[in-house]
Amino acid sequence: MRVVLAEDLFLLRDGLVRLLEAHGFEIAAAVESGPELARALAELEPDVAVVDVRLPPTHTDEGLQCALEARRRRPGLPVLVLSQHVEQLYARELLADGSGGVGYLLKDRVFDAEQFVDAVRRVAAGGTAMDPQVIQQLLARRSGGDRSPARLTPRELEVLELMAQGRTNAAIAARLVVTERAIAKHTANIFAKLGLEVSDDDNRRVLAVLAYLDRDR
Amino acid sequence: MTIDSKSGSGRGTGRGIALAAVRGLALSLVSLPGAVLCFVLSVVSIALIPIGVGIVTTPYVLQGVRAFANGRRVLAAEWGGVRIPPTYRPVPEDANPWGRTFGMLGDPATWRDLRWLPVDMTAGFVTALLPAVLLLYPLEGLAIAVGLWRVLPEGYWYGFVRVTGQGSALGAGALALALLFLAHFFVPRLLHGHFLLTRAVLGSPGGELAERVRVLTETRRDAVDTSAAELRRIERDLHDGAQARLVAVGMDLGTIEALLDTDPAKAKELIAQARRSSVEALAELRELVRGIHPPVLAERGLGDAVRALALRLPVATEVSVDLPGRAQAPVESAAYFAVSEVLTNAVKHSGADRVWIDLHHTDGHLRIGVTDNGRGGAVIGAGSGLTGVERRLGTFDGVLAVSSPAGGPTMVTVEIPCALS
Repeated sequence: MRVVLAEDLFLLRDGLVRLLEAHGFEIAAAVESGPELARALAELEPDVAVVDVRLPPTHTDEGLQCALEARRRRPGLPVLVLSQHVEQLYARELLADGSGGVGYLLKDRVFDAEQFVDAVRRVAAGGTAMDPQVIQQLLARRSGGDRSPARLTPRELEVLELMAQGRTNAAIAARLVVTERAIAKHTANIFAKLGLEVSDDDNRRVLAVLAYLDRDR
Repeated sequence: MTIDSKSGSGRGTGRGIALAAVRGLALSLVSLPGAVLCFVLSVVSIALIPIGVGIVTTPYVLQGVRAFANGRRVLAAEWGGVRIPPTYRPVPEDANPWGRTFGMLGDPATWRDLRWLPVDMTAGFVTALLPAVLLLYPLEGLAIAVGLWRVLPEGYWYGFVRVTGQGSALGAGALALALLFLAHFFVPRLLHGHFLLTRAVLGSPGGELAERVRVLTETRRDAVDTSAAELRRIERDLHDGAQARLVAVGMDLGTIEALLDTDPAKAKELIAQARRSSVEALAELRELVRGIHPPVLAERGLGDAVRALALRLPVATEVSVDLPGRAQAPVESAAYFAVSEVLTNAVKHSGADRVWIDLHHTDGHLRIGVTDNGRGGAVIGAGSGLTGVERRLGTFDGVLAVSSPAGGPTMVTVEIPCALS
């Protein structure tokens, strides 16, 4: 699987290259600035791009803009965005086109190599990988105001959280140490309570959850 | 430093002239006895300083003089549109009578007050009285012309006209008309002249500059105080938080190195612990950075930073942004933290379930309105955090206005003069 990597800090870039290569990825290019990234994405047609939000020369959200631009030109191009901080605003922008294959994670997540690599694979396969922090912020917001029409049980909230990160039922079951059937029941309940159509598409599950959470603004 | 008024120079309407005359009359009635009283008391009080009595009385007398002068400043601004900024040096609250007396006597503004009093009781009195006279005297002439001359003693002088019969009475009437015509031109000018005279004597040269310097000194002191406090907080947070955790990670790594061969199970446990510590250190650094300069603000500017802020609120929030460019970083930062503090207040105290934020830029001012549908009753001061916001905005000549009647809604408006790029 060919990866284009954009990260301006040498130490981190080097570490990411080593980490990904150790897990059998092929690094097509490892670049350090926005323009280089734009060129690499256009020319190399990678299977997945791993991009830092903040890149030279502007040191603002150059990386994110490059990723969004590349996805406009090639819809569904899998992009995993890494950042020192996560903002719902950026998560929304990434998810906005609804074509899936996006991820948005805190840089800290690379500490857990297995989970990080899993996220890259999931994004490359057209799924999503949203940082738990984004999801938590959304859920905290919802539980803050008590006007939610759907009252989810704590267990269902847990499932929703993992689901919103882009995990499959099997992965959620493994994580919560219950059977897959139990998770299927929970998800069915959640969808019913939220009034959403059941779908097997992992990506659409996230979009549906986010869309619901987003509904009253 | 010339500020001309609406009723300034030139002729006015009939009503304006009458008003000016009445005001002039009122001014003259106040200024003469007031100025004489103030002047006499001041001179006596200062003269009594050598025998000690003056030490006690002078501050009170001078305070009275200041109040008198300040009253005239208000009238000058309201009636004449002439601004005379007061430039008294502040007297320390806890000063003793001695320090108070000599503090006030050492203030050039005090001497300007004392110099102004004799001017006010003479030239000031005349310029204030003349408009009234100029208006009332012609009335007498007209009255003479229509018949009052009959009851007056033979040879009554009206101006330079000696009234002896109907003929000369008509002459007096003509003179009255001429005077009235002059009054039409001069009454408002004379009153304005009175205020200009007051300013010339009472106003300090560069009074507005002095006022400006005072404000700048105050806001600079605030800015220095808050930034020093901020630096201390950051240093403490780094020292107690992230730095300590990184040291712990280093120590764990050292222990792991030693344990790797002898006790791999324990080493593995420590590795997990080290990883947790590093994650926590990062989380703390992130929070710290958010407190100093929020990342979205750095990356996207004020509009999106406020949008991102709104997304984190537990209250439904509508944000409308109309900013054609970006302000300078310090202004953006001040505006952001002001909004953040106002929102925190709204969420904590107002009980609102909806908030509207509006950002736009007009007439060289960045204007931000934050409105909530809560229970109202918010005030600046009272430990609401709004005082701090006001002080921080002061550094940028920004202002904070709060309208929050009991029962709501609360509207907080922030205005900062700035240019967008």
